[in-house]
Amino acid sequence: MTADLLAIPPGAVLIVGGLVLPLLGAPLRKALLLALPILTLYLVWQVPDGVVLETRYLAYRLVLVKGDALSRLFATVFSVMALAGALFALNQARVVELAAALCYAGAAIGVAFAGDLLTLFIFWELMAIASTVVVWSGGPTARAAGLRYAAIHLLGGVLLMAGIAGEVAATGSVAFGKLSLDSLSGWLILAGFLVNTGAPPFSAWLPDAYPESSWSGMVFLSAFTTKAAVYVLLRGFPGTELLIYVGLFMVFYGIVYAILENDMRRILAYSIVNQVGFMVTGIGIGTEMALNGAAAHAFAHIIYKALLLMSAGSVLFMTGRRKCTDLGGLFRTMPLTTICGIVGALSISSFPLTSGFVSKSMISEAAGQEGLMIVWYLLAAASAGVFLHAGIKFPWFVFFQKDSGLRPQDPTWNMRAAMILFAALCLTLGMAPTLLYSLLPFPVTFVPYTADHVVFQLQLLLFSGLAFFLMLGWLRRTLTITLDLDWLYRRLGVKLAGIFYVWATVFWKSWSSVVSQRGRGVATWLQRRYGPDGDLAQTWPTGAMTLCTVLVLAAYLILSSH
Amino acid sequence: MDDHWLTRTSTIRLLWILFIAILAVTVGLDFVIDQHPLFGLGGTFGFGAWFGFASCVALVAIAKALGAVLKRPDSYYDS
Repeated sequence: MTADLLAIPPGAVLIVGGLVLPLLGAPLRKALLLALPILTLYLVWQVPDGVVLETRYLAYRLVLVKGDALSRLFATVFSVMALAGALFALNQARVVELAAALCYAGAAIGVAFAGDLLTLFIFWELMAIASTVVVWSGGPTARAAGLRYAAIHLLGGVLLMAGIAGEVAATGSVAFGKLSLDSLSGWLILAGFLVNTGAPPFSAWLPDAYPESSWSGMVFLSAFTTKAAVYVLLRGFPGTELLIYVGLFMVFYGIVYAILENDMRRILAYSIVNQVGFMVTGIGIGTEMALNGAAAHAFAHIIYKALLLMSAGSVLFMTGRRKCTDLGGLFRTMPLTTICGIVGALSISSFPLTSGFVSKSMISEAAGQEGLMIVWYLLAAASAGVFLHAGIKFPWFVFFQKDSGLRPQDPTWNMRAAMILFAALCLTLGMAPTLLYSLLPFPVTFVPYTADHVVFQLQLLLFSGLAFFLMLGWLRRTLTITLDLDWLYRRLGVKLAGIFYVWATVFWKSWSSVVSQRGRGVATWLQRRYGPDGDLAQTWPTGAMTLCTVLVLAAYLILSSH
Repeated sequence: MDDHWLTRTSTIRLLWILFIAILAVTVGLDFVIDQHPLFGLGGTFGFGAWFGFASCVALVAIAKALGAVLKRPDSYYDS
């Protein structure tokens, strides 16, 4: 039985399931939406260490499924995410979004088990396609953002494929292991991976596209693309010092832009970049504790970020509004959504007893142990900033703040159940960290709950809370967006294309008349010379032909007699 | 209409008093517990408190400065 099951790649269950989903009636569809992720989770846990499934393609050995602790950790959280997301989205009327979301989750699991670069690339691109469909399912307003999203990810795919081709040409092997930055191909692969983490200069795609998806779509989107990228960085580039600086930039970029943002789901999108920044920093530090911390933080992050977006999605679903300036005071009639949102907010802020506390502190601790003083101070400052920009800002402006006059109820039972499930998971992992630690790639020696650590974290967070309320006047929401590097292709690029169009039109009009005049001249000359009435087309008398032959023969005679 | 007990002025005052008391306790705990600071500043009294507060003030100030240059009406890209 087990041997047969091993032959099924866990991700394939969700991909095939997603493809047949639109063909089914509503009751069967809903049953499959919940059953398939559970089956996948079971299959994930059956994958042993080492190569499980391989095949040959051309001259290459493709390893479709290869297991180890790191693969299983990510595949597990991707499966759990697919389950809770499906439960939350059960009454989503756009079936194509649900189908794409399942394929998306399956492709992410495919990435987590891919043992070679080509298999990795195929699932990587499948994720890009499926996630674009999820963005597009947001409706007509999501079309342009979805197209920009697809363009950036296809660019990332091109970088990755170029890198893979170089790597295969140089080594002759497609195996996916630790990569080096000694060659251009290594850099290209790193760049391809980093595009999907939301690293600079391509951070803007995330807050641009994700918030345009539907109330349920962003729950799925928040989980897979960026965390699959964290997974491949963990495997391919652990201990790459550059990643420390990239990660720290992402951490502060996310905070500063989220502080300025008015749209509740864009606030949460910026905070995805911020949180992935912590993971990328951990990967850059590269010690066993730092890598454990990055992996654990990815696991915890998927759950609390999905919880936050379920809470925001419930508000969007019930009110149709996204802007903080339109919201406020919803705690009165949406108590469960408020409480679950607060649990998610405390978890992202690494409050003691929540999942974020037991995972993120490993990264800071690793920086401290390595003697990276500046990194440690910056991570501590960023931890305070997370509470400011997401931990308090999101619940405060959506559920409290002022009375917006809106009186929406808590959403449907399945949405409430999904939120309760993930809120419970956030607290369980926070209170029983060994559950998470036992899944990590390296043995864990870290003890999160020491007196000085808990007190330090409480001081840090509570005083950043104090700072928030004292500076509330400065943080008042305005009907604004903040320009980002996507301005280059959304504004400057469009302007340049407009200017180019005008000039090209002028150039074409002036030159086409000149060219056509000249062309007509040439054609007339050719017509005169070679046309039916031209010099060379006339019928010549036989005498002329005889004369020519005589002349040629005479010349031959003279030349041969010498 | 807006008479929820949480929004009453008296409740809000009570919450502030409670909050400040909790802040005082967390800083006060520095006297009691053993500290193992990793770096020099970490050993200063109430490090988490003042560092967290100062970080947030700095981050908000940076955000305000950046916002002054980069903020646009949210219909900017629609036009």
